[in-house]
Amino acid sequence: MDNRLPLTRRSFLHRGAVTGVALGSASAIAGCATSGGGGNKSVGHKSVTSNNPFGVKADAPLAVDVFKGGDGDAFARYDVTMYQAKFPKAQVAYRADPGIEAILQKAFVQGKPPDVGPTTSDFINLIADHQVTDLAGLLDAPAFDTPDKTVRQTLLPHTVETGTYDKATYVLNYNSEVFGNWYSKPLFDKHGWEYPKTWDEMIALCATIKKAGVAPWTFQGKYPGYTLSPILTMAAKAGGPEVLTSIDSLEPNAWKADSVISAATAFQEIVTKKYILPGSAGLTHTQSQLYWTQGKAAFIPCGSWLENEMSTITPKGFGMVLGPTPSLSSSDKMPFEAIQAGPAGGWIVPAQAANKYGGYEFLRIMLSRKASTEYSKLTHSLTTVQGYADELSISSGFDSSRDAIRVAGANAVTWRFGAWYPQLETAVENATGELMAGRIDAGQWATRCQKGADAIAKDSSVKKYTD
Amino acid sequence: MAAIARRGRTSFTILMLGIPLSPYVIFVLSPYAQSFYISLTKWSGFTATKTWVGFANYNKLLHDSVFWTSLRHNALALVLVPVATIALALFFASMLNVGGRRGRAGIHGVRGSAVYKVIYFFPSILSIAVIGVLWSFVYDSTDNGLLNGALRAFGLGGPVDWLGNPGSAFYAILVVMVWVSVGFYVVLFTAAMGAIPHELYEAALIDGANRWDTFWRLTLPLLWDSIQVAVIFIGIQALDLFGLVSTMSAAGGAGGPDNSTQVVSNYLYQSAFKYGQFGYASAMGVALFILTLLLAAVTFRLSRRERVEG
Repeated sequence: MDNRLPLTRRSFLHRGAVTGVALGSASAIAGCATSGGGGNKSVGHKSVTSNNPFGVKADAPLAVDVFKGGDGDAFARYDVTMYQAKFPKAQVAYRADPGIEAILQKAFVQGKPPDVGPTTSDFINLIADHQVTDLAGLLDAPAFDTPDKTVRQTLLPHTVETGTYDKATYVLNYNSEVFGNWYSKPLFDKHGWEYPKTWDEMIALCATIKKAGVAPWTFQGKYPGYTLSPILTMAAKAGGPEVLTSIDSLEPNAWKADSVISAATAFQEIVTKKYILPGSAGLTHTQSQLYWTQGKAAFIPCGSWLENEMSTITPKGFGMVLGPTPSLSSSDKMPFEAIQAGPAGGWIVPAQAANKYGGYEFLRIMLSRKASTEYSKLTHSLTTVQGYADELSISSGFDSSRDAIRVAGANAVTWRFGAWYPQLETAVENATGELMAGRIDAGQWATRCQKGADAIAKDSSVKKYTD
Repeated sequence: MAAIARRGRTSFTILMLGIPLSPYVIFVLSPYAQSFYISLTKWSGFTATKTWVGFANYNKLLHDSVFWTSLRHNALALVLVPVATIALALFFASMLNVGGRRGRAGIHGVRGSAVYKVIYFFPSILSIAVIGVLWSFVYDSTDNGLLNGALRAFGLGGPVDWLGNPGSAFYAILVVMVWVSVGFYVVLFTAAMGAIPHELYEAALIDGANRWDTFWRLTLPLLWDSIQVAVIFIGIQALDLFGLVSTMSAAGGAGGPDNSTQVVSNYLYQSAFKYGQFGYASAMGVALFILTLLLAAVTFRLSRRERVEG
């Protein structure tokens, strides 16, 4: 049902999207869960050269696990061929599976994890359990095909920081995702509609769109994380990125800041003023996005994966592009171009990997301009490598996402409370669902979110993180 | 000699019992024992070691309002689903088998009953995930949905947000649960009715009994045993509900909106696989296990009394 990498989407939108296989009683989760695990000694570090910065043993086998979601795994197979071109003697044990999470969990418990693999949806526990390695060595190694730069220097802002927990970078986020409000450029051109820069203009445009017989908005009501994104982005624009920092830090009354409540009030207007496709609150992402591509609604909030996700059913010439969430008012602290953009789709090198230097090398290859270009061509998405796509023209959605990240520059905002505290994420999503169904107002919404944050803050059994 | 022979017989008995029992011990008993053990620990699910916490998880369960909400929903399902499913299945089964009144002699079902029998069974062969997705489309909250489209066609008002409204969401899921289950019980009751001698029905017909009397005075008493089995089966299903809630509920299958469709099995899954609290989730599993046992015990006890009275 879910069309794309749930982990990517999850760490970005902070919603849980694990459509599980039927799992009933206690026996199912117990499985063979209490068997012991053993340690492995990693091979490598023999001869370090600039071409082989980690001293990978040329014939050491490499185990790669890949999540096979809506993006497929062709890009990862391409990375494997690049690795094998470099180390022809290395055997690569390659596993790509939509259910890779369960496979990985078992591998971790048995102490036989792969050398490189995707993060699982609750990877925060892997970090707390010291099951993943610090990637500092990788980040400071020379970049694969960008001369005179380290891997760290080739990455987009926030990439290292969003993979950092307690001062060590455990996760390498590979996808650069940007979140905005999507519309069909040809449709807007046909009607002479202009993408609004402020929320007042947005509300005025909604009235015009409604008169033309199109619902101005629809949204993925069953997954409230989608609408949380424009709300928090608007709040950050109005009050500055500190608003998000204090939410992430579980500060008292962070959710009750004026800018947060005003943003929620503003965004709720599309519901209270009936500028939505009736029934949007009960739609899944597939349903709402389908209606949007059918022209039943003008705007939909979503991340940059939208184009690829809907590629098979979007009509030809639909020309989807994304715009940043409009400014709340003229006194906003951040410019209109500020946008929620952030790295997602994490990769890890397990601490017990047999060939962890091979794992680092594999990631270094993934982060090359060559592999990134191939990734974009295959998936219509961006990697977290800077600038490689500037000359790349793939499609309207891809090009607009890339440009949005470029013009936003340092004004890209992101938040991390959802990845740090999954329970708070659930509380916030429940409240946001109620807000966008019109059953509670912005004040009540903020109270409920704050209650969730306060509960986490005073729960000593939950490990705390800071930006 | 005799002692040796006896010892040989004992070890033979142990061996012959041990072979068939060991898969049961390994695959059934040991996982249960492990979940009891895990429920007494704090475990993220990713390590080989677990921290012993005693009964802390159970204590937390007692004070977890979401758990109690989930349990309330399970209880509601436990009452509504068996009643609705068994009533419908009995009605359909008796119409299909003995309800026909075509003016010709003999006992038979209504016209086309052979076709209906097959159709009723359709939902039973579909995967629960497919059913969940299918019904999500039926319940589509815009005018494009099957149900809302029908409402509009009959002029019955605007689109209803079946799964997005806390008042209707859980009932909407229960309806699907009944829809899924009825077919199986129609088949079960059909088989049971086949065992009722036709002469009894013929005698009832001669005595001038209508369908209503035949059902209450003849079919129902003779089916009582099958119905009791059905109550246990469907009761256990109602205690689960995981598949439907996780595919249909709002908040991305998290039992939304706002926990209004949350059930224990789904909350258990969330706690284990989203929050990384395998110990706590196991405690929930154990609680569910005990409840299921209680349900079976109570039903068996009631059925025994029934037989004494009968």
